[in-house]
Amino acid sequence: MRSSREKVLERLRQAQPPAVALPDVATSPVRFDDLPARFAQSVTDVAGSCLRVGSMAEAAAAIRGLPAAQSARQIVSLVPEVLPGTVALDSVDDPHTLEGVDLAVVPGEFGVAENGAVWLTDAVLKQRRAVLFVTQHLVLVVPGKELVHTLHDAYARLRLGAAGFGLFIAGPSKTADIEQALVIGAHGARSATIVLVG
Amino acid sequence: MNAHARAAERLVRDDARLHWHDAAVWQVRTKRDRAARAVPDWEALRDAASRIKLHTLSRLPEYLEEFERKASALGARVHWAADAAEHNAIVLGLLRERGVTRLVKSKSMLTEECHLNPELERAGIEVIDTDLGERIVQLAHEPPSHIVLPAVHMKREEIGELFHRTIGTPGGLSDPKQLTEAARQHLRQKFMASQAGLTGVNFAIAETGGFVVCTNEGNADLGVSLPPIHIACMGLEKLIPRAADLPVFLRLLARSGTGQPITTYTSHFHGPRPGGELHIVLVDNGRSTLLASETHRRALCCIRCGACMNTCPVYRRSGGHSYGTTVPGPIGSVLSPAADPERNASLPFASSLCGSCSDVCPVRIDLHSQLLAWRRELDVRGLTPAAKRRGVALASFVLRRPWMYRLAGKMVRFFGRLLPAGLLRTLSGGWGREREVPALPARSFREEWRGRRAL
Repeated sequence: MRSSREKVLERLRQAQPPAVALPDVATSPVRFDDLPARFAQSVTDVAGSCLRVGSMAEAAAAIRGLPAAQSARQIVSLVPEVLPGTVALDSVDDPHTLEGVDLAVVPGEFGVAENGAVWLTDAVLKQRRAVLFVTQHLVLVVPGKELVHTLHDAYARLRLGAAGFGLFIAGPSKTADIEQALVIGAHGARSATIVLVG
Repeated sequence: MNAHARAAERLVRDDARLHWHDAAVWQVRTKRDRAARAVPDWEALRDAASRIKLHTLSRLPEYLEEFERKASALGARVHWAADAAEHNAIVLGLLRERGVTRLVKSKSMLTEECHLNPELERAGIEVIDTDLGERIVQLAHEPPSHIVLPAVHMKREEIGELFHRTIGTPGGLSDPKQLTEAARQHLRQKFMASQAGLTGVNFAIAETGGFVVCTNEGNADLGVSLPPIHIACMGLEKLIPRAADLPVFLRLLARSGTGQPITTYTSHFHGPRPGGELHIVLVDNGRSTLLASETHRRALCCIRCGACMNTCPVYRRSGGHSYGTTVPGPIGSVLSPAADPERNASLPFASSLCGSCSDVCPVRIDLHSQLLAWRRELDVRGLTPAAKRRGVALASFVLRRPWMYRLAGKMVRFFGRLLPAGLLRTLSGGWGREREVPALPARSFREEWRGRRAL
């Protein structure tokens, strides 16, 4: 008996439509005059908050001033120079133990001005990436010069294909499933603060 | 009355609720308009999206094999399912082999289409839908009424009552914030206790062997980053060739669906996480048949944004449940007759053919033309109601004979004035039930025209 794989592929070959050329889609004409300002606006539009600071020292002060940081007991930090963590991530093997994390401070690789999204990967977090979603509050530290205009520019710099997990995060977790009323803090972070440094 | 109209009756009879539903859904359409207008290259994106999808469909077997090869090389296991039963058997088999009895799911219209949940529940597995809207309808034992907003048909007070009854919230809650918080606490426990996570797939990339899942709540990510097993179920049509094609779709998807510039979480999975397992189930379930149809294959371009529902005057005023299918609205009315023409024969008629669906579709599916094409096909196959076929046959007979048409017009104008309106309404069947009989003119259009030309 033929496997379903063969059966499905055969059916698709029988049904094959005429060829259509693949368009070139590498770029978008959208360009913003003031990238950081537009990025900050976009972050606000997706219910996040964007703090623009001049240096890592200023970033540290800004983050320490956040209510989420002041009330946090369990902190996971991958950017200890702005805020030291209280949870030793290296000793965590089972992601379930991260359940009680109040605040995660994580570096973002770059930001997208058109939509306020920040790209990050699990390169450091590995099997502990759950912390990005379990944490009550999230702070992403992004270098100010690492901003792109649109998602086209974002994918032009990404090299996808190697094993691993990467994602765009745009603002805090949200839902509008009850009468279209926007509620922040559905399952993931209740707040997302993007600290743009330099 | 046809099946869709009959099923819509409950909502239509409740005038206040009908208008509430209409306004709620229309509001999402207006958000989409604002978001689309803010993107200067919007129309170019729609062109590109449509062509990428049509290109992929024209080389689907090659791209699927490439995807399988790359995904396997990354450590994922790829499974093929010819139909819904096989899809369900694969998922159940994977869970059973690993002794999983608690599964968390994020939104997947495919698993709805395959009726996976009842199958797993019969086998003793607890299945928790974790998208808030999906969890609400799951607790209410209802199907979703919208593909993006599953509980759009429910009022906040009803959800408060439902939560009180099912998850033990205090009675009388109706604040969306409090209700969402209650669901967050309830579902956190489920996430923590789950042994496996299942997600849908928004886009699978042939070139890299990875796939992308988009959510606003973070439920997909939470669901697959805690337990060690991730099962991703996808229809064959979710494939795109290159990573460089992703921005085209991601810029369109959330803006079209909810008016957001992007979903909160756009997650790219390439292989299992360290120490975990990743299974990808590729499902045909009628898609190859649709691909063979020159008229209807474009429907496979759909990225499930829901824009056609939000704009459809019939969907907004009849509600998603009236369609009786997994995917309601214009795209559902194109897809469902392909899957089961007899059962879904009334759906292509649940449209005014106004074309608004085609205008908002981010991948330029010619939805209203397809609905019209379905009407013809269903008629040819004898699946339209006998009264409609007789009526159309009679109209065709009369319209081909101008003298007979003129005579018929005269008779209607003459007798129409004599007969009581109530009788005329009855004679017109379902059409006249909600309408007034217009005052019949004394003269026909031809007679009027001739009179004017003489001036």
